[in-house]
Formats: sequence, structure tokens, C-alpha cells
Amino acid sequence: MDFSLSKKEILFLQMIRAFAEKEVKPLAAEVDEEERFPVETVEKMAKLGIMGIPFPVEYGGAGGNNVLYSMAVEELSRVCATTGVIVSAHTSLCASPIYEFGNEEQRKKYLPKLCSGEWIGAFGLTEPNAGTDASAQQTMAVLEDDHYVLNGSKIFITNAAYAHVYIVMAMTDKSQGTRGISAFIVERDFPGFSIGKKEKKMGIRGSATCELIFENCIVPKENLLGKVGEGFKIAMKTLDGGRMGIASQALGIAQGAMDETVKYVKERKQFGKAIGQFQNTQFQLADLQAKIQASRLLVRMAAWKKDMKQPYSVDSAQAKLFAAETAMEVTTKAVQFHGGYGYTREYPVERMMRDAKITEIYEGTSEVQRMVIAAALLK
Amino acid sequence: MKIIVCIKQVPDTTEIKLDPVTGTMIRDGVPSIMNPDDKGGLEMALALKDKYGAHVTVITMGPPQADDILREAFAMGADRAIHLSDRKFAGADTLATSNAIAGALRVLDYDLIITGRQAIDGDTAQVGPQIAEHLDLPQVTYVEDLQFDGEKTFTIRKSTEEGYQMLQVEGPCIVTVLATANKARYMSVRGIVEAYDREVEVWNYNNISVDEAKLGLNGSPTRVWKSFTKGAKAAGKVFEMEPEEAANLIIEKLKEKFII
Repeated sequence: MDFSLSKKEILFLQMIRAFAEKEVKPLAAEVDEEERFPVETVEKMAKLGIMGIPFPVEYGGAGGNNVLYSMAVEELSRVCATTGVIVSAHTSLCASPIYEFGNEEQRKKYLPKLCSGEWIGAFGLTEPNAGTDASAQQTMAVLEDDHYVLNGSKIFITNAAYAHVYIVMAMTDKSQGTRGISAFIVERDFPGFSIGKKEKKMGIRGSATCELIFENCIVPKENLLGKVGEGFKIAMKTLDGGRMGIASQALGIAQGAMDETVKYVKERKQFGKAIGQFQNTQFQLADLQAKIQASRLLVRMAAWKKDMKQPYSVDSAQAKLFAAETAMEVTTKAVQFHGGYGYTREYPVERMMRDAKITEIYEGTSEVQRMVIAAALLK
Repeated sequence: MKIIVCIKQVPDTTEIKLDPVTGTMIRDGVPSIMNPDDKGGLEMALALKDKYGAHVTVITMGPPQADDILREAFAMGADRAIHLSDRKFAGADTLATSNAIAGALRVLDYDLIITGRQAIDGDTAQVGPQIAEHLDLPQVTYVEDLQFDGEKTFTIRKSTEEGYQMLQVEGPCIVTVLATANKARYMSVRGIVEAYDREVEVWNYNNISVDEAKLGLNGSPTRVWKSFTKGAKAAGKVFEMEPEEAANLIIEKLKEKFII
């Protein structure tokens, strides 16, 4: 067993950390405050290949792997969780299913544009009445000649307003239950497709989370992803990868809050000494640090297993469950360590606490992760 | 166009801490980086490559771990990397270093050689100009901008203490570049992924035709007589006042000390 980073991984961390510090961090507060999608950051990331890290060069990717991708989401989220989720949703929820379940034409048509960042990707599964119970899909797809006609809506879609390509689940045969769901690749300018209202969120406020509306939306037959009826399976497998991405985001948020807290407790003096000199502070920080490192190992293992093409669904669920709950705990305590200052927008820990909450909710709530883990345990 | 960029691995001096007792540098755990001026030089070469399609070679002299900055240069976009590494090169001062590098450059083709102005670990700014002398090439130091006419001539903005000079130079020539000349690009992800799979050419004494007496410790006339740490100065005084009052106070203080 070898836990050391390779030279390549060290070089990658050197780049992504410098990029996060210099290009992403200075915008984080503004992007949050103004609920602004950081278009300029996405352009910069695109130029460096950050929008296509784990995909082969032949499809326009950087030829990297999921470990590097996970490190990227962690490091970006360490300074700005909005930027982290933009990359995660784009990579794990759109480019990945096209790469893993798409045919050669679909891969060649979509991946180069997604990997180069010319196009941004998104994913639509959740509906007003189909959240944790994702099988209760109401969006319908009916085959007519050479195309499908989609009707319905999707909600809480990350990247929605800025994306060009959407992986969308819809019922092709209601009588078949989850086996009646199919997956489609929908382009932004397909007739009958539109973007609905933008959500006003607690955290990750720069990511454009909107509704997708399908009103007799025409999707060419060749844009069916996988086979008819495979949509639910594709969605679940896609979410395995997505959860590893969100676990990386949660890990980054936790690490970012720890960085801020360590800095603060060394400077802040009360009762004549730095608050970091009090054992209560030290013991709490030690517990949090151990949890952050445990999250990191779970996240890296899930990413590594995906790279090794080993089953990683449970690993991903464990990583997301633990990293998300750690992020929530670390950020909440980080605000507490900062006291009154932590509650203001003068310090970033307040934003980090708001950002952390979503990691316990999207791409499967913590409860869903527990269902996945327990199901494997008790089978 | 063929461009060669000379780069050096240095300790990141912004990360260096001094031992409070002995006053010496604590080198342990200090990360090594590509010297900032050299990185500015590499960026200048890569920008020319973007615009005119140049071939960019990076060359460094140093111990085996200097390989890391050549990989970094690959990941930024360099086409070829040469690592001068031989025990015979060890212990070199600036003269012996420039002898070795000039020896390697004699074997290579170039239209432009770029070096950083100076390295942050030694701050001598000597190696670039020395290479130019060894190769008998025109040199421009302290370069903050360089434009190419697409054929042979470079229009160069050289920083001076008073301001700047504009110069026209025909290649082949050498320029020494400031880190502030540009904002060096980030390594690309694909560049990083491929960097360690590419070949770094490791050259030793046998690859360059330079008299052994001119290399390494033997070829280094520099002798360190003494090194010491300057003692800490007493804390200064802070006066808060209007600018005019402050100017008068400064004059008064300087007169007091017989400086003016």
C-alpha cells in the first residue's frame, strides 16, 4: 500500500492550488454576494483543461484521471464552493455519462466541446415530485418518427442557465416503473426547451440553479443515451461519480474553513493570549482535522477505485456522507471559533458554512447515502 | 524560430525562515521552485511560440531534483528539455556555470537565448551576460518587453534605473528577462499529465566540449571570505503628521545625523 502522491499529482496540486489562490479566491465573496456565475473563471479553467480532466485526449480531454479531478474539485472548493460545483456537475454529471454510456458518434460530437469548456454541461433528474424517490419521474418522452417529444420539467439543476448540453431523464414507458425511464442528451437550442426560474439559494450562490422546462421539446432519436429503459441505471451510475465529486467539494470546503480557523486562532487574542493556545481550542481543532483527513482518504479511495474500474458505488456514498457531514461540522465550528466576526461577511467562514449545507443534500441526501451503504451491508 | 530558455531551480525564498539563534537559513522543508525571472523568460518564449510557432528548448544545470522544473516547463508548453548534470559541474560559481551552459549552447541551434535576469538565491545577475560573452553574442539585460518582426529583428524594451530604453537587436542574441515582464501562464492539465512521460535529455561532461578546468569548483574563482547575518536594527519610530510637517521633520533628523 502506498499513500504517497506521485510526481504528477504533486505537479498538478502545485498548479491547481496556485490557480485557486490567484484566480478563484479573489472572486469568491463577490460571486456569493452578487449570486453571479463566474463566467471568466470558467473561461480560464477551460483554457487549462480543467473542464475535461479525466477524459482521454482523443475526445479532447486532458488524459488525466478521477484522482486528479477529485483533487481539482477539492482545491477549487477550498476557496470557492461555487466554482467547485460548476466543475463537478459539468464533469461528473454530463461529460461522464456521455463518455461512459454514449456511442461513438455521441462521444465525438459532445465530448470535445465539453472537455474544452466551449460548452458547459448539466444534468436533469430531480423533479418537483421526484427527489429522493427519483423513480417517480413525471417528465414524459414519446417516440414520434425520428425523434422523441419531451414534456415536463426538472428542478434544482446546477449550471442550468449557462449550460449547452443536458443529460435528461424521462419516462418512455410508465408501466415499466424505473425500467421505463430513458436518458437523453438535450441541447440548449432544441425546440421546446427552455430555462425556468432561478433559485435563490442559501449557499453556492454563484452556481446558476434553475428549472428546465420541456414543452413538446423535440429531441432527435440519436440523442437517446444508452438504450431505451436504461435511464434509471444510467442516472444511478452517474450519481456514483457525482457523489465522489461532491465529496471532494465538501472536503475542500472543510479544508478551507480549517485554513481560515488556524490562521484566526493564532492571531485572535483573548484573556492575554492567542485563542489557539487554549487547550479547548486545540482539542476541538484536532478532532476536526482528523475528520478532514479521514474524509480525504475516503474521497481519494472512491476516485482511485473509479480509475481502477472497480465497483465504487458504496465508497462514493461513504465518502460523500462523511465528507459532507464533516464539512457541516467544521464550518459550523469555524464560525464559532471566529465568534461575532465569524457571523459577519467580513470573514469567509460564514459563506463556507452556508455552502457546506448543500453537500448533505444534493446528488443524494445523507439519508440516501446511508440507504446505499446499508443496502450493501445487509444484502 | 528556435528559442532556448535557461532556467534554474531555487529555494522559494519567500518561504525561508531564519533560525532565531544562529541567524542562518533553515533550508529544511523549503520548497524548490523555478526561479521567477526564468519563468518570466519562459513565458516570453512561449508567447513567441503562440504567435510565430517557435520551438522552445529549456536547459538547466543542477542536481537530479532540478528535473522537476524541466517537467514544469514541459507542462507550460516547452518542446524540449536538457538537464546538465554531472559531478564535474558541482560547486560551480557563476563563471563555471556560464562555461558549462555556454558549452551546451554551442552544440544547439538558436535564434534567441533567454535567461532570467537573476536568481533569487544568489541575486548576482551574472550568468546571462557571461554566457553572452562566451558565445560572443549581442545581449540585452533587464528586458521587460520583447517584440519580434517575424523575420530576424527584435524590438526590446529594457528597464533602467531612470526609466527604460527601446532597442532593436538582430538575432541570434541573448536577453535577460524580468519576472515582471509578463504573467507566466499556468501549467495545463494535459501538459502535467504528459510531463513525466516525456524525455528529459540528461547531458554530462561528455556532451559539451569544455575544458574540465573551467567547470565546477575547479573553474570557480569566487572564494567566500566570510558569511554573516546582519544584526537586527533597533525598532524605528513612527510619526503621524501631515506630509509637509513630515518633510520638515525628515530634513531635521537628517541634519541631526549630519547626513545632509
